Amino acid sequence: MNNILEIKNLYKNYQTIDEEVKVLDNINIKVNKGDFLGIVGPSGAGKSTLLSIISGLEKPSSGYIVKDDDITFAYMLQTDTLMPYLTILDNCLLGLKINKKYSKEKELEVIKLLTKYGLKDYINKYPSDLSGGQKQRASLIRALCLSPDILLLDEPFSALDYQNRLNISNDIKDILKKENKSMIIVTHDLSEAISLCSKVIVLSNKPSKIKSIYRIDLDQDKDPINNRMSDEFMKYYKMIWRDLNDK
Amino acid sequence: MISNERKEYLKRIKRNKRIILISQISIIVLFLGIWELLSRLNMIDTFLLSSPTKVFNTIIDLAKSNNLFNHLFTTLKEILISFILGNIIGFTISSILYLFKTLSKILDPYLTILNSLPKVALGPLIIIVSGANTKSIIIMALLISSIISILNINTAFKSTDENRIKLLKTMNASKLQILFHVVIPSNYSQIVDSFKVNISMCFVGVIMGEFLVSKEGVGYLINYGSQVFNMNLVISGIFILIILTIGLYLLISFLERKIKK
Ligand SMILES: Nc1ncnc2c1ncn2[C@@H]1O[C@H](COP(=O)(O)OP(=O)(O)OP(=O)(O)O)[C@@H](O)[C@H]1O
Ligand SMILES: [Mg+2]
Repeated sequence: MNNILEIKNLYKNYQTIDEEVKVLDNINIKVNKGDFLGIVGPSGAGKSTLLSIISGLEKPSSGYIVKDDDITFAYMLQTDTLMPYLTILDNCLLGLKINKKYSKEKELEVIKLLTKYGLKDYINKYPSDLSGGQKQRASLIRALCLSPDILLLDEPFSALDYQNRLNISNDIKDILKKENKSMIIVTHDLSEAISLCSKVIVLSNKPSKIKSIYRIDLDQDKDPINNRMSDEFMKYYKMIWRDLNDK
Repeated sequence: MISNERKEYLKRIKRNKRIILISQISIIVLFLGIWELLSRLNMIDTFLLSSPTKVFNTIIDLAKSNNLFNHLFTTLKEILISFILGNIIGFTISSILYLFKTLSKILDPYLTILNSLPKVALGPLIIIVSGANTKSIIIMALLISSIISILNINTAFKSTDENRIKLLKTMNASKLQILFHVVIPSNYSQIVDSFKVNISMCFVGVIMGEFLVSKEGVGYLINYGSQVFNMNLVISGIFILIILTIGLYLLISFLERKIKK
């Protein structure tokens, strides 16, 4: 298999003046090229922490992240972070500019994506003019246009209405599939995890271990809504649901 | 089509603004009027407290003898030089302190103490070291303005939203890129505010310096007036300062509006 990322015996404790918080407890994950990995688990389990470690933002307390040096990430953080002093277009171009990957063609690509996700009229507006869902779409485009090898998404659709949620998540799936890219997504929405991902990882309460890993094998060609109505889907849903609630 | 309610609303705002402006002007007119009246009725000692007409005549005389503009020009020049230098120093040092957090923590108590120290106490030292000249005046103004500037901008920089910085880190941005793409633009309005504080601090510093050393400038005019006991001159000097302050204030608000666009 085309293994592009491996998390080995990973532990993470946060050190504060008052105490040591044990968050991640011996996490082992393999990500293959083209994998869509879903991470679910209780609030405070350490899902965001895990993404931060994978992206290099936080250092593990022990254990390794094994990957090629040229593997690139784009990380959409859980909290909305559009710069209020930049237009939506400039916000989306920020990563490209920082990484010196900006070009006129890239800009046209970004404008195309903004148009596709209903933000055409907001290209030259500022974030304060946008609704929560619109902001999330813009942040998503900012991450997407970096064309990373692995896209890290932390609750990317939480502020979107159901319809946008289905359509946009499905689009992203298509875009990444076409380019054979990988994705790791943290979500509270089980249906989302099941319908998007090829593997779903369930974390336990903090200090979290991996409770179980589900390999999802659904007919990928169905449209998202049909996908979610199938018996197969419900089977996965019930299984993971029970697992999540099992203490 | 504008609704009646909206018309009413706009009219009310306009009327309110007009009332405030008229009141503001009335206060100064009333003040000058009472002052003039009291002096004409000999109810105050005009030798000590002068009168609006005397002040007016003194200023006209100064203007005719060309002295006024020399003094004004000198003071303005000193303010401008120290304002520009003070901002450059303040901005550069705050940026450096932002980039080197430990250095910033080490220097923190020194900056705080330096800031609370009454700078006028350093006057004699400055004069002895750099001479009784314009340089001393500017050093005085810089001591006052740049330290506050460093403290203000540094505080603003440190309070930059952590999530914005985190985002840039996910893009593998360097420290310098974080400074220029997030920290400085996030604190645009605080930087402009510190410019505003800075101009008044430079003003204070320059006048203080002129009291101590100069042969020219509005501060000198006031100091000289008091030495020869010419209270007309002293009060005229104060008036000129007030007008200068208003001028600088208008200039800053104008620039602020320009920058914020
Ligand atoms: N910088 C930090 N210092 C100390 N403790 C931290 C820090 N960041 C996170 N924690 C703690 O680590 C634990 C895991 O946090 P994390 O944000 O990864 O959880 P999460 O699974 O993403 O939760 P949620 O679903 O609510 O987003 C929490 O208990 C949190 O309080
Ligand atoms: Mg989280």
